[in-house]
Amino acid sequence: MAQRKTPARRTTLLVATRKGLWTLTADASRRSFTLGGPQFLGHVLHHAVADPRNRRTWLVAARTGHLGPTVFRSTDRGRNWKEATKPPMFGKSEGRSVNHTFWLTPGHASEPGVWYAGTSPQGLFRSEDDGVTWNGVEGFNRHPSRKAWCGDDKDGTPDGPTLHSILVDPRDPAHMYFGMSSGGVFESVDKGRDWKPLNQGVRADFLPMPDPEYGHDPHCVRLSADPNRLYQQNHCGLYRLDRPATRWTDIGVAMPKAVGSVGLPLVVHPRDPETLWMFPMDSTDVWPRTSPGGKPAVFRSRNGGRTWTRQAKGLPAKQGWWTVKRQAFCADGHDPVGIYFGTTSGEVWGSNDEGASFKALAQHLPLIHAVEAAD
Amino acid sequence: MARRSDEVAAVVEVLIPSPLRSYTGGERQVRVALPVLAPESPPTLGGVLAALDGAYHGIRFRMIDEQGKLRPHIRIFVGERDARDLRTPVPQGTTVMIVAALSGG
Repeated sequence: MAQRKTPARRTTLLVATRKGLWTLTADASRRSFTLGGPQFLGHVLHHAVADPRNRRTWLVAARTGHLGPTVFRSTDRGRNWKEATKPPMFGKSEGRSVNHTFWLTPGHASEPGVWYAGTSPQGLFRSEDDGVTWNGVEGFNRHPSRKAWCGDDKDGTPDGPTLHSILVDPRDPAHMYFGMSSGGVFESVDKGRDWKPLNQGVRADFLPMPDPEYGHDPHCVRLSADPNRLYQQNHCGLYRLDRPATRWTDIGVAMPKAVGSVGLPLVVHPRDPETLWMFPMDSTDVWPRTSPGGKPAVFRSRNGGRTWTRQAKGLPAKQGWWTVKRQAFCADGHDPVGIYFGTTSGEVWGSNDEGASFKALAQHLPLIHAVEAAD
Repeated sequence: MARRSDEVAAVVEVLIPSPLRSYTGGERQVRVALPVLAPESPPTLGGVLAALDGAYHGIRFRMIDEQGKLRPHIRIFVGERDARDLRTPVPQGTTVMIVAALSGG
């Protein structure tokens, strides 16, 4: 892999799997990674996230095959863990039960200790004490239209309906977005007191209506380095939205027809709003959701999705039937940017040169749900 | 002065499965004390689990969801009875056995 500018800090990746947590740590060069773990062996971890505001706090969303959902937190970068005293749970009067916490997002830089969690079935929760106690964001959980937006708690994706991609505008902690599979993308301008659908222009070819207001299936939504620009990997393609516009632009049309524009994750460049990466999956026939043709590749755009370049140097040239979940593809903050993804077959791959070349960082792990950079 | 009936404590033995022993410090078997409101009204399973959670905070929510329902792969026996209802009475001297039942990968 290429070497250009040397990043100042080490890089740690948090690898959340169906059977526990592993870490991958590299020095400043990011040429070789050391595998650490497991922690929480046997626990089903859907997300593990580090707090960029203090670089010390890590949260994991956990359950086990037997046991109900909870959140564990560490304030010393994973050395010691304590369980949340009140994990995300619906109120008794809501008549719903959290199956698992699916997504964790640190709050705005001006609100240290604030975190958001998205659950399956779709629920939004907020902690104001660094993940110790969680309360429902009533403006969504009890919104009179919630059931119309989301459908029944039994509806949704094969792994359960989820609320994910919780995004906080870095300019304004009251301005937020999230995605729901299913339900669509929603926006709040009042810190979650009210929410409105934001799905114009996004296809939902599994619905009979030509341009529905909600009910879409966003897989992953990201805020770019320009907070006016959002990208969305959807069940029905790839999209870009430049606010204050409210109509998404289809940027999947420029992808090769044989590959298509469907995937689960999406990664944005931390400094360049024009650059993003997607990991395509086969969405034909019965939706294998594996790399098209068994030839895994990342596709990168340097111009906001107008054109795409295939990046596969170092990846298997054939017989690579990978699936990368929506939280399992991330970027670090270095220059050049490192990008990393984990597969459901338990491999972690990384590039320290913005996708120009890849190498395997770990193999033989359990099914990977999430890969997040901690530094 | 008459003794208040709710001062009479019932002590219930609870068997803890391995997935929940992180809460009990590794103990397989714990005893929880809870008040008996009246001698003719034994504690319920719900009361036992509340007392268990009082001693080992967080353990109840891993077994019982926020709607008071037993989670899918948890079974609880009161004596030899498979109890699915938190109102199940727990007579004095009866052991409560929690089972985490899961198969597959």
